[in-house]
Amino acid sequence: MAEGRPRLAVWKFASCDGCQLTLLDCEDELLELAGQVEIAHFLEASDAVADGPYDVSLVEGSVSTPADRERIRHVREISRTLVTIGACATAGGVQALRNFADVREFASVVYARPEYVATLARSTPIAAHVPVDFELQGCPIDRRQLLEVLTAFLLGRRPDIPDHSVCFECKRRGTVCVMVAKGTPCLGPITHAGCGAICPAYGRGCYGCFGPSPAWSGARPNTRALLPWLDMTPDETRRVLSTFNVTAFREEREEEQDHDPPA
Amino acid sequence: MTHRHDRTLNVGALARVEGEGAMYVRVRGTRVEEVRLDIYEPPRFFEAFLRGRAHTEPPDITARICGICPVAYQTSACRAIEAACGVTVDGPLNDLRRLLYCGEWIESHALHIYLLHAPDFLGYPGAVEMARDHRDVVQRGLRLKKAGNTVMEMLGGRAIHPVNVRVGGFYRVPSRAELEPLAGILRAALDDALATVRWAAGFDFPDFTHPHDHLALTGDRYPIEGGTPRTGSGRSFAPDAFERHVTEHQVPYSTALHARLDGGGRYLTGPLARYALNRDRLSPLALEAAALAGLGAECRNPFQSILVRAVEVVYAIDEALRLIGAYEPPDRPSVPVPPREGTGHGVSEAPRGLLYHRYALDAAGLITAARIVPPTSQNQAAIEEDLRRFVAGSLHLDDERLARRCEQAIRNYDPCISCSTHFLDLTVERS
Ligand code: SF4
Ligand code: SF4
Repeated sequence: MAEGRPRLAVWKFASCDGCQLTLLDCEDELLELAGQVEIAHFLEASDAVADGPYDVSLVEGSVSTPADRERIRHVREISRTLVTIGACATAGGVQALRNFADVREFASVVYARPEYVATLARSTPIAAHVPVDFELQGCPIDRRQLLEVLTAFLLGRRPDIPDHSVCFECKRRGTVCVMVAKGTPCLGPITHAGCGAICPAYGRGCYGCFGPSPAWSGARPNTRALLPWLDMTPDETRRVLSTFNVTAFREEREEEQDHDPPA
Repeated sequence: MTHRHDRTLNVGALARVEGEGAMYVRVRGTRVEEVRLDIYEPPRFFEAFLRGRAHTEPPDITARICGICPVAYQTSACRAIEAACGVTVDGPLNDLRRLLYCGEWIESHALHIYLLHAPDFLGYPGAVEMARDHRDVVQRGLRLKKAGNTVMEMLGGRAIHPVNVRVGGFYRVPSRAELEPLAGILRAALDDALATVRWAAGFDFPDFTHPHDHLALTGDRYPIEGGTPRTGSGRSFAPDAFERHVTEHQVPYSTALHARLDGGGRYLTGPLARYALNRDRLSPLALEAAALAGLGAECRNPFQSILVRAVEVVYAIDEALRLIGAYEPPDRPSVPVPPREGTGHGVSEAPRGLLYHRYALDAAGLITAARIVPPTSQNQAAIEEDLRRFVAGSLHLDDERLARRCEQAIRNYDPCISCSTHFLDLTVERS
């Protein structure tokens, strides 16, 4: 360890850059953080790259090309701790919508010469390829949670990221339930906390950008009991479960399928 | 150099850009034979999976194309869908859109100026390294960036992928009292923005001018959330004629499409184009800042784009203050946008340039086709041409220095590679 500070690396796979930008958005903490860790590899911020191994690697984005499948193995080999940041890296991201379609047809919609484009038929989370030490959910991740995760790994403890649902955050914030008061469909009850329950505070239902909440002891919330409350058509429910965490909400989508009126 | 010699420069990982890209240059003797800006960001297929979604969904979904300029995606999407449905959002709701977008300009420009671009001029690999010698400067940049983010957080709910934007307006509009604290933050930021202009004006700029046409929106106000596309050569056309005037084609080495103007060719969109076509619509304070920066009627030196960005930050803060001062809360947070069958086109000025969206809707409001033309792909051909000319004029440099200068030339454009694509790999071959 050069200079004796822990070494941090940030990696990008298929993504929008929003989760790594969250690190640069820690305007008040960035320079202090840079004094405590050695930012050894962070292409978005610096062209000085120090060779591995690294103590903590933050990985943004999903694996969606043959080359990236190889690259993530290399990143794992040179990282002591590997933390995935965001829905792309933990669930495949919005680009995993291809997993339910024909990727060649998708490519032909976007490109005149799809054969020039190297891409995989599926967009997969990092944990599908290599062991991951911690997954931070969100699209994008929350700044406070990111700082907690970094602090925890730097101090050598587990991060304290509660896995209750957005509902708890609404109560803490004092937001009146949009579903009860206004009948607005809201995924808050089945969505992982972390954002601070922004959407209901702005008068809209949660659309699930933090992905499913595992609730207590890893059991899924009772989506079946929730669905009638949502007051949406099956198509609408499927669509709202099919966005940035489309593969993570798989079980919930399947429940919705069970409920479909026979065609 | 008189002897014949071949060089290949290959920068395999461009740093301090958003997204992933590489650069390849081949020189034979004194002739630059090939220049490629290789965008290898994996394709994400937004235009394909938008099909079948409801007309209310693109603002949330297309925001995820780019974490640096989500408001641009949200705005162009809203405008296109509203156009398809025959709805116009104007008055205070449009002003709020403009205010949110000012937040994004401040945040994104401050990020580019201080964290991505200035280190090139001062000779540092990045802002963190720069902060060791210039801590106050970097702190000023971070303050400025934070001011932009604060506007986005108040109005949008959060700075990355705001949640409060919907087709037809917003989910909730702020009260006057809620906006008031922003004014205090922005007034302080104005000093930082003017200091930024003075600071950047002292950089050493290579003597270089670009020959491309310009494309930017124009209108009553300096273009941000909308306007009419217009070229530097004086042609103007409605947003719904965009695809007749701008054609995209694919090149084998890149996942981003290249765009050209019909009958013309390469063009540039972004700060230089906006400034050239709209200078007289800047606020008095921003015009003063332009004079302070030594800018004339137009700026054709891409290396000085940092100055134009700094002036635009002054403008965005000034304009945000004006909008806050004039704000009267609208009677409803959004206008209804009932779906109908049709096609709509929407344009707005992302920090990096014109961003065009088109959606075709069926009668139920489900999307049947979507087209998105981001600024970086429009600029790609112009960036390559600049590199070609720049390399030709800099062949006396050794490979390492030449490669560095090329990377800098690419960063002039603040290419946002996630939207189309983060990388420059420079290899030099000589014989
Ligand atoms: S999870 Fe969302 S915010 Fe993060 S990189 Fe992916 S698309 Fe962007
Ligand atoms: S969608 Fe849900 S999880 Fe995402 S910001 Fe809104 S309330 Fe939070």
